[in-house]
Amino acid sequence: MSSSAILRQPEDSMPATAIAAAGPEPIARPPSFGTLALRWYRLNRSGLRAIAIGVTSLLAFLLVWHLLTTYRVVFFVRFTNVPSPLAVYASFTKAIHDPKFLLHIVLSCRRILIGFSLAAIIGVPLGLIMGRFKLIHEIIFPVAEVLRPIPAIAWVPMAIMLWPTNEQSIVFITFLGSFFPILVNTLHGMTLVDPVLVRAAQCLGARERSIFREVYFPASLPHIFTGLTVGMGVAWVSLIAAEMISGQYGIGYFTWEAYSLVQYADIALGMIAIGVLGLGSSLLIRGAGQLVMPWRAK
Amino acid sequence: MNEIPAKAPQGHIEVTNFSLSYDSIEGPVQAVTDTQIHVKPGEFVSIVGPSGCGKSTLLNAVAGFLKPTTGIVTVDGERVSGPSAERGMVFQQYSLFPWKTVRENVEFGLKMRGMPRSQRERAARTLLGLAGLEAFEKHYPEKLSGGMKQRVGIVRALATGPKVLLLDEPFGALDAQTRVIMQQILTNMWQRLKISVLFVTHDIDEAIFLSDRVYCMTARPGSIKAEVPIPLERPRQQSMMMSSEFLALRRGLMSLIREESLKAMGGEISDLGMRGLDIELHGQSLAEVL
Repeated sequence: MSSSAILRQPEDSMPATAIAAAGPEPIARPPSFGTLALRWYRLNRSGLRAIAIGVTSLLAFLLVWHLLTTYRVVFFVRFTNVPSPLAVYASFTKAIHDPKFLLHIVLSCRRILIGFSLAAIIGVPLGLIMGRFKLIHEIIFPVAEVLRPIPAIAWVPMAIMLWPTNEQSIVFITFLGSFFPILVNTLHGMTLVDPVLVRAAQCLGARERSIFREVYFPASLPHIFTGLTVGMGVAWVSLIAAEMISGQYGIGYFTWEAYSLVQYADIALGMIAIGVLGLGSSLLIRGAGQLVMPWRAK
Repeated sequence: MNEIPAKAPQGHIEVTNFSLSYDSIEGPVQAVTDTQIHVKPGEFVSIVGPSGCGKSTLLNAVAGFLKPTTGIVTVDGERVSGPSAERGMVFQQYSLFPWKTVRENVEFGLKMRGMPRSQRERAARTLLGLAGLEAFEKHYPEKLSGGMKQRVGIVRALATGPKVLLLDEPFGALDAQTRVIMQQILTNMWQRLKISVLFVTHDIDEAIFLSDRVYCMTARPGSIKAEVPIPLERPRQQSMMMSSEFLALRRGLMSLIREESLKAMGGEISDLGMRGLDIELHGQSLAEVL
């Protein structure tokens, strides 16, 4: 705390002198570029700081990785066979021109898209309806509670029996992984809807259907998006597990295959690709959330 | 005010033989018992009483959110069976829709009625202009101050042209300065619209300042203890609150409520009556008195 206060001091004193100098001047002039840049900097200081620290920390991670693999450190964990960042970069430049690698990525993304979309299309309305109608809640909730703790990966053998093709069973696993977080969070959002808002809508003439659309749904949206974000994370976890076990394509299969073929750099490449894809998809959901809920923008 | 058509005075509220009880593990609990009130068309009536006396329960029954256990509630002779846009309501917690802008909040009732978008936008703008909120039509409620939120709440309730306006301690969460301004705004709107108002508050000054008539309720189970006409002339000024007439009304209502508040705190205390309260005011707790 004290160090930041000291750091701030010289910057704070600068605009003070600027105001004092501009004081006697009667006509307001447009602020100079320097003033604007300074203001922009002051307003965005915490954001810039976060970016600077974030980049530094990523670079430090790469450096530590580089050192550990270059010197083949063995200290409880063994870095003897772990590929170095440079080796991974080399296999990345090779893979980016390899249509097969791109196919792995495209197929994984397609499975996520289908499985996750189905989970959202079924999970959100089901959660809304369960939150509104007690009987439906009472019927479905016990079943959901029993199925929910079963990890998606435990469904793999069952999924293979259930679905005629491998592709369908992998999509099914992905669907299951994201379905329950979406359902549970939507339901939770419904239970938290302020009953006074419902009453306010009623005495403005709103009927059941309008109340559902105009009150319950928007009031639950923040929790629905929490469910979608969590669901997307679990979708990737489930997808990779399913691909490793029963796939012939997909980034999870690619990573496992690299291990079998003793291509260690590709293992790390596959892992990083999964990380980047997971990050990208949760950013997409966050962006969608901000579009759909402008009132929550800070 | 051209936007709002002048109507024949209506909005006659009649509550007869009203009682309301709810079930608990110890058996039925009587919240309100044997209550009759009425509001004449265009009249401003307040209900005051000690906390927990059931004044909000009574208001919620007029709004149609609660069903009376016995007795009936009618508005213009029609029995109240559920909430409707005919009875606008303003809540203490503002209860604006956070996901709607100020204008969309005001438009809501008109939208429910199926009014086309352009028409209801125009109506909402006019109403917001009257409340001095036109500059904030595109803001989300979160960004507004408490006083502004409640002005939106009142405008929203009035937008559909209800017969009666019900207010449940609408200014309870506001600071004293804002509250005085809000009282003035509400009075102005009421006089322009000639709407019947039923106003629940625990603030005696507020009730006297605003109303034509004040009902004072007893402690739980609530019923009407007294009906006090407020003959102060209108338009009322803030300075009236120092007049001997106002102070006399205030003293009268004060002592009525004081009796009931003491009763509400415990049966035995009510035996002590005023004496108990005097001692408490000199720094001793009621427990010590007992």
